[in-house]
Amino acid sequence: MAIQLESKAPSGPIETRWDRHRFGMKLVNPANRRKYKIIVVGTGLAGGAGAASLGEMGYNVLSFCYQDSPRRAHSIAAQGGINAAKNYKNDGDSIHRLFYDTVKGGDFRARESNVHRLAELSVNIIDQCVAQGVPFAREYGGLLDNRSFGGAQVSRTFYARGQTGQQLLLGAYQALARQIEAGTVKSFPRTEMMDLIVVDGVARGVVTRDMVSGKIEAHLADAVVLATGGYGNVFFLSTNAIGCNATAVWRAHRKGAYFANPCFTQIHPTCIPAAGDYQSKLTLMSESLRNDGRVWVPKSAGDCTRDPAEIAEKDRDYYLERLYPSFGNLVPRDIASRRAKMVCDEGRGVGPEVDGVRRGVYLDFRDSIKRLGEAKIRERYGNLFDMYERITGENPYKVPMRIYPATHYTMGGLWVDYNLMTTIPGCFAAGEANFSDHGANRLGASALMQGLADGYFVLPYVLGNYLASAKLDKVDEGHIEVKKAVADVEERIEKLLGIGGDRSPDSFHRELGNIIWNNCGMARNAKGLEGALERIPALREEFWQNLKVTGTGESLNQTLEKAGRLADFMELGELLCRDALARDESCGCHYREEHVTEEGEAARNDADYQYVAAWEYTGDVSKPALHKEALEFEYVKPVQRSYK
Amino acid sequence: MSKTMNLTLHVWRQKGGTDVGGFETYKAQDISEHMSFLEMLDVVNERLLADGKEPIAFDSDCREGICGMCGMVINGVPHGPNAATTTCQLHMRHFNDGDEVTIEPWRASAFPVLRDLVVDRGAFDRIIQAGGYISASSGSAPEANGLPVPKADADRAMDAAACIGCGACVAACPNASAMLFVAAKAAHLGALPQGQPERWERVKKMVAQMDAEGFGHCSNHYECMAACPKEISVDFIAQLNRDLVRATVVEREHEEKSGGAG
Ligand SMILES: Cc1cc2nc3c(=O)[nH]c(=O)nc-3n(C[C@H](O)[C@H](O)[C@H](O)COP(=O)(O)OP(=O)(O)OC[C@H]3O[C@@H](n4cnc5c(N)ncnc54)[C@H](O)[C@@H]3O)c2cc1C
Ligand code: SF4
Ligand code: FES
Repeated sequence: MAIQLESKAPSGPIETRWDRHRFGMKLVNPANRRKYKIIVVGTGLAGGAGAASLGEMGYNVLSFCYQDSPRRAHSIAAQGGINAAKNYKNDGDSIHRLFYDTVKGGDFRARESNVHRLAELSVNIIDQCVAQGVPFAREYGGLLDNRSFGGAQVSRTFYARGQTGQQLLLGAYQALARQIEAGTVKSFPRTEMMDLIVVDGVARGVVTRDMVSGKIEAHLADAVVLATGGYGNVFFLSTNAIGCNATAVWRAHRKGAYFANPCFTQIHPTCIPAAGDYQSKLTLMSESLRNDGRVWVPKSAGDCTRDPAEIAEKDRDYYLERLYPSFGNLVPRDIASRRAKMVCDEGRGVGPEVDGVRRGVYLDFRDSIKRLGEAKIRERYGNLFDMYERITGENPYKVPMRIYPATHYTMGGLWVDYNLMTTIPGCFAAGEANFSDHGANRLGASALMQGLADGYFVLPYVLGNYLASAKLDKVDEGHIEVKKAVADVEERIEKLLGIGGDRSPDSFHRELGNIIWNNCGMARNAKGLEGALERIPALREEFWQNLKVTGTGESLNQTLEKAGRLADFMELGELLCRDALARDESCGCHYREEHVTEEGEAARNDADYQYVAAWEYTGDVSKPALHKEALEFEYVKPVQRSYK
Repeated sequence: MSKTMNLTLHVWRQKGGTDVGGFETYKAQDISEHMSFLEMLDVVNERLLADGKEPIAFDSDCREGICGMCGMVINGVPHGPNAATTTCQLHMRHFNDGDEVTIEPWRASAFPVLRDLVVDRGAFDRIIQAGGYISASSGSAPEANGLPVPKADADRAMDAAACIGCGACVAACPNASAMLFVAAKAAHLGALPQGQPERWERVKKMVAQMDAEGFGHCSNHYECMAACPKEISVDFIAQLNRDLVRATVVEREHEEKSGGAG
């Protein structure tokens, strides 16, 4: 049954690949577009922008999200900014440089053709957003301002205060609202996709649950786009919103869509540590804090509970400055994260004990306040300091901040070809839900760019091309596959409600998250992964025997919603560990302790692992089949990173 | 090290839109001062579930004060006692051992209760659909720096655009008016040159939709601004009122120019 992986990436000069590919595409006559129905699941940057653009073209679009309004998709939480190769600062930026930085940043595990297209489209995104009224930061002369972000050597990041994601999403949401008013898009908020409908091997619709009435329904269409975000919540604690889930992509995976590189997950070093075992999510603080804060822990574990102000200079270990004298506190995200874990594992962490370990390191502004004055620090980081104080109750001008890494982004996702189509014809994946552009590590300010590039500028073309070439028979609610998909969803819900056990979904989810975080988080090794691969199926079995859900399926039931999502995370979590075990090298965020350079950094193995791992569901969650898409690098020569 | 407290909660429970609903009393025990208000409710819900009862339904998603999903009236105040703070960002250190806390949903006829503390804010979406946008289809945009925007205008647009659409302004208003929400969107788009072509039509359509949704009228109580977690200024309401007057004049001029509508 295995499908041959065909990337459909064009060849020839990279600068013109997308142009030539577009020219070769089939088009749908404007007068005919209304006859095609397209389902877009998700209203984040990718889905919101995609649904709006397809509506503007005249397609008949159905748009779904689980929140009460499309405006609340998790893209809203992005703070930092969005990259674009505008070169407004005349500092040597170009499409080629953004392309180069992204391929290298991804540690040579992304497809060159896709990344180049992304870099090209970055420029159009900014134009589009400005035209919609996104209030980007400006200089006094009225032109757009930029800053440098995430270690880039050029200033290419556009931003709207600390609310860039919010403003970009509101732009897409307003465009979507305009299409809803125009009647081209029909919006279904508080509606959760529960399964994909596949007829004769082709995606033809989705089964949804109305989250207020509990009604299960089939929606049929000519194509389905999944833009449902990342799966970071498999770790339970992450910087994602509470509701972020993998159900849509996982259900598609079970229906035949290959899942690519699930083990490529990114950990962000500067988050506020968990305060207790009741913690429900983690909050990210901008990395810019590392510009003026110094990271340290006590040299001796015995000092960890002392007032930090009383710990003498000679008893402090500024470990990043010690280990990386030239980059110091500004080492890349993955290195800063791993080192924090190591010192806490040694018992030198600070802050409250959660599950018996103190997981926090100091980020101390004492010296910069002394050097620059409190006013200057307030001007630079006032908002972040206020947010920190609101959450922790501590004043970071007086007491050093405590930070700890947290799961933040998932580079892996549904495998897609250059046309963003999964291995199920007619099923597309966009935004964080696909695997395509960031390889083994995503650079700062590049996810917003990818979501909008996919939504505004790629989906409109690739869908037209698909619809113009596909020969689709008519399918209605009475079709056996449709009825079966609906019945399966109903049965699954009944099953979750009927277990009648003792444990809440949250207690299972915390346990699953702990297993994955400890064995497949910042550092991984074969022994730990093998252990996790025994424990996860056992936990999954307990879940199906001992879960407790009260209430009914015919009403708003948040416990049931959690249980359904968790059931899918229980399976995805296993695949994540399996992929991490199979990838016996280190690359980007995937750090296998067995494969480390002399300096302690990730050691890639290009000879054996320069490929995308695409997993096929075989009917047994524990026995997926691995397919490999070999990666070629014609324009950016693979090199080893060094930050010493 | 950290303080814990015991609280008595009086929580609005309502099974669905047609149910009458009423308060139920719960004990929230051993609550850490470092918990967020919603984490405190998570703990109460875990205990309800353990007892075989249905947990309290409430909305939340980002839990970092930006998505606008959360919101409840805490001791009579939308989003609770802290200024410029959403419910999800309120922490228990602002409460004391032994406190009685009353928790209710937003109360407004335009926001019907769906269950417990969850309300339907679809009316806000329909107001935006009526005209809260700039028409700029994908692909049609000119070069971004071709249109400089004075920094002061861009900053003012951003101040207004910070609205998270939570609905606390409506919940706080004695008339359940949505003026602050509408004014914020009108001011965001109206402050920018891109927003000018549709400016007058936009305010008329959004206000007409607001009225059609059954929101009350603004009688300048300014409770909205006090409750707003993003400190959206009532100055934007004054601007909206001026724009509405101007919109009528523009309409009249337009009709005269085109020979009148009849
Ligand atoms: C705290 C934080 C800060 C960030 N900062 C930055 C930054 O500064 N720059 C940057 O480039 N990136 C940043 N990122 C990453 C970036 O925000 C995301 O990767 C990106 O916004 C994802 O967009 P998306 O459209 O793919 O998905 P999302 O915005 O997550 O949208 C997913 C959509 O799918 C819907 N959905 C999901 N499951 C279902 C289902 N089963 N049924 C129905 N609907 C469903 C949801 O309702 C939602 O509408 C940040 C991420 C976080 C968490
Ligand atoms: S104006 Fe303020 S209170 Fe009203 S919806 Fe916007 S953010 Fe919420
Ligand atoms: S949950 Fe998003 S603002 Fe409170």
